[in-house]
Amino acid sequence: MAEQSQTLSSKHLLGIKDLNTRDIELIFETADTFKDVLNRPIKKVPSLRDVTIANIFFENSTRTRLSFELAQKRLSADTVNFAASSSSVSKGETLVDTVNNILAMKVDMVVMRHPYAGAGVFLSKHIDAHIVNAGDGAHEHPTQALLDAFSIREKYGDVAGKKVAIIGDILHSRVALSNILCLQKLGAEVMVCGPTTLIPKYIHTLGVKIEHDLLKALNWCDVANMLRIQLERQDIKYFPSLREYSMLYGLNKKILDSLDKEITVMHPGPINRGVEITSDVADSKQSIILDQVENGVAIRMAVLYLLAGQSS
Amino acid sequence: MQTSELLYGQKFQITIQRLCHQLIENHNDFSNSVILGIQPRGIFLSKRIAEELRKILAEATILNGNLDITFFRDDFRRREGPLVPNSTQIDFIIEGKKVILMDDVLWTGRTIRSAMDAMLAFGRPEKVELLVLVDRRYSRHVPIEPNYIGIQVDSIDSQKVIVSWKETDQEDKVILLSE
Repeated sequence: MAEQSQTLSSKHLLGIKDLNTRDIELIFETADTFKDVLNRPIKKVPSLRDVTIANIFFENSTRTRLSFELAQKRLSADTVNFAASSSSVSKGETLVDTVNNILAMKVDMVVMRHPYAGAGVFLSKHIDAHIVNAGDGAHEHPTQALLDAFSIREKYGDVAGKKVAIIGDILHSRVALSNILCLQKLGAEVMVCGPTTLIPKYIHTLGVKIEHDLLKALNWCDVANMLRIQLERQDIKYFPSLREYSMLYGLNKKILDSLDKEITVMHPGPINRGVEITSDVADSKQSIILDQVENGVAIRMAVLYLLAGQSS
Repeated sequence: MQTSELLYGQKFQITIQRLCHQLIENHNDFSNSVILGIQPRGIFLSKRIAEELRKILAEATILNGNLDITFFRDDFRRREGPLVPNSTQIDFIIEGKKVILMDDVLWTGRTIRSAMDAMLAFGRPEKVELLVLVDRRYSRHVPIEPNYIGIQVDSIDSQKVIVSWKETDQEDKVILLSE
């Protein structure tokens, strides 16, 4: 019970790949207390009052960016926001130059989303600040995976032993890879489900089950994490039509009710209602989609707190 | 390592009793007063005092909560790593109440400064008091003094004061460790 300090094993949060199980548990334990803080009348703590954080988004985002910004404000950090579309990146400035210019203004942490895989790792080799990956291409989205696993833990008490099916566009999803790694580190079983064209060729090497039949996947799992079709990343046609996709892989109330058990439905957002999930499922009591969003702020507060607290 | 026992056995029990009676002198039946133990070690003291008060004032409702100060400390980023937070449990309203903060040892006073900051997130109390089991005199870094004191100790920085509790360490006692 004595005061004890614990640190993450990494200076950055670039991907779930770099975290060990103890790191993930430490983030969860810290997020528990932050969730408690978020339910108080005054939802702000002064921990990060001398820390400046730059949110650099080279790709569109609503939830993640808002969630990070709220987390930073609740921790009393100073924040600067930057969207690539309205910046000098469009004038031809390189990533390192852009970020170095921002760092010259004395920034301690960078939260970055980028359309290319590995952008965070690249940046971490060139600059001195703590880097938090808020999504890099189709590679990783660590905070999303952490909040997903945290939501499962909240619902069931533990992640270990749970069966989680990730259903949809696995090929273009950064949420899928981070989720697989995170859930496996916590002892859950993972299955991916989708049309053959949207399942990466060598995904079995990660030790996940592969299924192409939605009903079989749903019958197997405790939790179904429905992913959006990432049309913006699809360079060719991967299936005949959205209508056909939704008939074969869309989750509706009829299928959900036909199962002999009650499964939990998750979605990282944004939802395309009527494609991968119907409105009656998204808004049903089996869905924990809005809990995921709520937990997102607590998880991001925990990550920022633990990284910023490392001695410089 | 030299050890000397400052408080133990019956004397420990009498000290707790005295603190309870001093509290009753100022707070009567506790109808407008609440107790907050400071995490992690102050909660054993606040729990014990609340239990004793319930025995003495059988009719009264003694409200007792736990306050975690981790996010309000002034040494964040100035130590090796971030501290692991503990839980805060305050299931009552402190707005307009008399709050008695309790901690086992008062040394530099920085914890209490943080606690007052943390407490304000739950409302504006009418009055705030401080009760400590051990007051290490002449070592304050901030201008904070306790209202109720179990024992006073004159110690130097290299010495340590350790409070053990029956619940976790089998025995109620206060010891002073010297190098």
